[in-house]
Amino acid sequence: MAFDSHEKRQFKQVGTRPPRPDGVDKVTGRAQYGADVTAPGMLTARILRSPHAHARIVSIDTSEAEAMAGVKGVVTGRDFALPEDAGLADIAVNVMARDKALYDGHAVAAVAAVSPAIAKAALKAIKVQYEVLPHVTDVDAAMQPGAPVVLEGRALESVPAGMSVNVTHASEFGHGDLAAGFAKADRIVERSFKTAATHQGYIEPHACLASVTVDGKADLWCCTQGQFMVRTVCAALMGMEASQLRVTASEIGGGFGGKTTVFIEPVALVLARKTGRPVKITMTRDEVFRATGPTVSTSIDVKIGMTKDGRITAGEARLRYSGGAFPCGTVDMGAMAAFAAYDLEAVRTQGWNVLTNRPKEAAYRAPGAPQAIYAVESVVDELCQILKLDPLDVRIRNAAKKGTKSSYGPVFDDIGLLATLEAAKAHPHYKAPLKPGQARGVSCGFWFNFGGNTCVSLNVNTDGTVGVTEGNPDIGGSRASISLMAAEELGIPYDKVRTIVADTASLGYNDVTDGSRVTFSVGLATIAAARDAKVKMCARAAKIWGIDDEAVEWKDGAAWPAGPNAGQFPPMSLAEIAAVSFQTGGPIAGHHEVNADGAGVSFGVHLCDLEVDPETGKTTILRYSVFQDAGKAVHPDYVEGQMQGGAVQGIGWALNEEYIYGRDGRLQNPGFLDYRVPVASDLPMIEAVILEIPNPGHPYGVRGVGETPIVPPLAAISNGVSRAVGVRMQELPLSPPRVLKAIKAA
Amino acid sequence: MVKVLLWGSLRAHTDGQAEIEVQARTFKEVLDRLAEAHPGLRPQIERGVSMAIDGRVYREAWFTPIRPDSEVVVMPYMQGG
Amino acid sequence: MSSISVSTTVNGDPVDFVCTPDESLLDALRNRMGLTGAKEGCGTGDCGACSVLLNGRLVCSCLVLAAEAEGAEIATVEGMAGPEGLHPLQRAFIDHAALQCGVCTPGILVAAKALLEKNPDPSDEEVRYWLAGNLCRCTGYDKIVRAVQAAAAEMRSA
Ligand code: FES
Ligand code: FES
Repeated sequence: MAFDSHEKRQFKQVGTRPPRPDGVDKVTGRAQYGADVTAPGMLTARILRSPHAHARIVSIDTSEAEAMAGVKGVVTGRDFALPEDAGLADIAVNVMARDKALYDGHAVAAVAAVSPAIAKAALKAIKVQYEVLPHVTDVDAAMQPGAPVVLEGRALESVPAGMSVNVTHASEFGHGDLAAGFAKADRIVERSFKTAATHQGYIEPHACLASVTVDGKADLWCCTQGQFMVRTVCAALMGMEASQLRVTASEIGGGFGGKTTVFIEPVALVLARKTGRPVKITMTRDEVFRATGPTVSTSIDVKIGMTKDGRITAGEARLRYSGGAFPCGTVDMGAMAAFAAYDLEAVRTQGWNVLTNRPKEAAYRAPGAPQAIYAVESVVDELCQILKLDPLDVRIRNAAKKGTKSSYGPVFDDIGLLATLEAAKAHPHYKAPLKPGQARGVSCGFWFNFGGNTCVSLNVNTDGTVGVTEGNPDIGGSRASISLMAAEELGIPYDKVRTIVADTASLGYNDVTDGSRVTFSVGLATIAAARDAKVKMCARAAKIWGIDDEAVEWKDGAAWPAGPNAGQFPPMSLAEIAAVSFQTGGPIAGHHEVNADGAGVSFGVHLCDLEVDPETGKTTILRYSVFQDAGKAVHPDYVEGQMQGGAVQGIGWALNEEYIYGRDGRLQNPGFLDYRVPVASDLPMIEAVILEIPNPGHPYGVRGVGETPIVPPLAAISNGVSRAVGVRMQELPLSPPRVLKAIKAA
Repeated sequence: MVKVLLWGSLRAHTDGQAEIEVQARTFKEVLDRLAEAHPGLRPQIERGVSMAIDGRVYREAWFTPIRPDSEVVVMPYMQGG
Repeated sequence: MSSISVSTTVNGDPVDFVCTPDESLLDALRNRMGLTGAKEGCGTGDCGACSVLLNGRLVCSCLVLAAEAEGAEIATVEGMAGPEGLHPLQRAFIDHAALQCGVCTPGILVAAKALLEKNPDPSDEEVRYWLAGNLCRCTGYDKIVRAVQAAAAEMRSA
């Protein structure tokens, strides 16, 4: 749907900040999250996990566990169907190991029992015989010839012969003549970087409740970013038809991409089918860290050439990503995103995905982009330092704009990067003086943003209120944004609209809440559904007035005769038309179904002031500002919230968060004590500056905003720290010991 | 005929050409013609690709029209978080 | 395992329940009393999602044994709103968009209430240090600090 540019509209409600409809439930403890529901006769299940990073499962003896009083069912990998589709099969094997345990924490069996204590005790009675195999957890080590082989035969045709068996995927992007580009440079910098795997760190562990009747009908309640995705995957793993499995999304306690797949849901369903009782599974935090998806861990080389006056002449990157023990395409996203902020004549990026004995990667906000852009932005910053150039000026000089051939192929339409950079440059933050010992880091960020399959119903109630039914869990206030757009389009007050998130039996398919898609796509479909309802309401008014449908138009929440020839009738409001709907043809509803495109790419710029304690190596963030193009901010509070929250996750990634594996291949920090996410006292306020450059692909100009904010902090902080300590930092996180070591070595 | 730009690693299956001309009027026709002319591309096309048409990225939209002068770029199937 | 019977007061109401000796107060609240407002984010005292008041003291209920509730007064998020409506903190959290997913919110509200009872006029820094045991992964804390300050100001002027 194209931007309504002809209207040059003044929004009446979009852009205001009303209270969110689910606010009261969420501040009173009434909102029901994944672990908050129970069912009569419910069993509790627990999952046995591999203590080895890599081991052949020789045998599993469950007889003793099964004989225990109160144990109702035990399952292993054999109880799950193996779908033909490779992607689904990988999910099945990740949900429950078959012949091999592929990482520390990989599920090998599960028990359902009448109490959590019995289930836990029964796990101890399961005897698994393992043959421990050599393991590899480091991405570079896994690429070496002779590295332990995680899985065989998984290389796609894109992988050149002669690479390690662990390389599953290779890709290359770019254009122009690199050698000629580098020849034009006055300075070339080439550096290698590493980033640790991090976890989405949602505060709510995965939880679900499944029930299956003897005639094969199943209900599943779970916290997920997409109930329809859960239905598709679970139906395949259960050998069920989609219509027989109804999935209801609970309120969700954070996801950030990590709840776009399944882990425990198929296990609960299989146990429920086996035992004939409802089965609940709640993960512990330890399980969340060990067995659900972290990001890729990476190793990246970047080479950039620049002229004395700050023009980038060529850029090249080689990216090695590991998405854990299964093939993973995230490196493509990194390779495409790496140089997206720049208008380049010569650019090439190459990416490889490498298997390691780590948990299967799951998406995390802008998956693949933060790592690649961190590496590129670090080298750009170093060149600015060497050539004594202002880092924002250099970015403005080289910024991609409308008409730029992007580093990943297509030519950009309207994008907001230049405006964002200029806003950052003009902001008081950029001009504020720094005290001795303090430094300022700058970075750009980018994300593609997606649309996707979306289905919305909008029902006009006889009392003049409206119900919107959509199919995407509300992670951060999206019900409010959807209600605002419906109210705006219909011309009725916000509080007359109620938006609900439907289960899979109540609405057509909706893609998962990912790719920053909800406000964009569900908003677009809601606007279209409202327009559909308006056409129908105009037709009802036409009937009542006895004039042609075309002679009626919708304005300010009412049907009006269009033009002088239509006749003299007083306008009929939505409530008036709705009140007589039974008499004029029955209930009134609008619908829209679409596979939305045109999401429009998103850019952001972050500024970070910090200081580093030379005694301890600890970094303190003093001031932080986020500048981002939101297209149109529907509910500015929640746009700011995405910008602030994403920035802080990026700050955690830059400073502290990492998956630490021991030599035994076991995760050493599977808890919030040792995997340290930012806490309130670590941070200053995060200033969020919203720019509004309308997205040509949305009727209100909306762009996705959720993912881009996690991208710039990695380099913004690393650039700040590098400037503060006078050493170019090349590895994340910048934990105090690592920074201290760099200071000492300098 | 419409010019289709492929991402770098696909060139291994097109005798090194990054730009291919095909006779196509829609998203689907582009992929069908590519797979016919260069069977080595078929596995990747079957796994899924995105396509940017005049700067706008489409993921599965078979019937999206393509004009002879459209800018068409085939990209990996893209996913977010 | 033998059961223990416990008599306690939750949000002002007398409550009797039985629990196992190793059961946490959090599990008893959630599973025996149906009070699922307090959440389990970690079960190890690291996230604060399970925060409740035990005899006026802010605790992680995942680290307290249910049996310790004998004779005690417990306050949870479910008791914050009165018949006259939401607590100023609850209102401020909605008005300032201090929640996104909302799973940390019950614990943060209980903790913030305990802070304002001790210190009705905290600095931002004091709010941040007091809430340092309550993880929020969505908001970056900015709007939480602002909401707590707004509620504190309102409560001072009341
Ligand atoms: S659940 Fe008690 S502190 Fe996390
Ligand atoms: S609002 Fe989601 S964890 Fe705080």
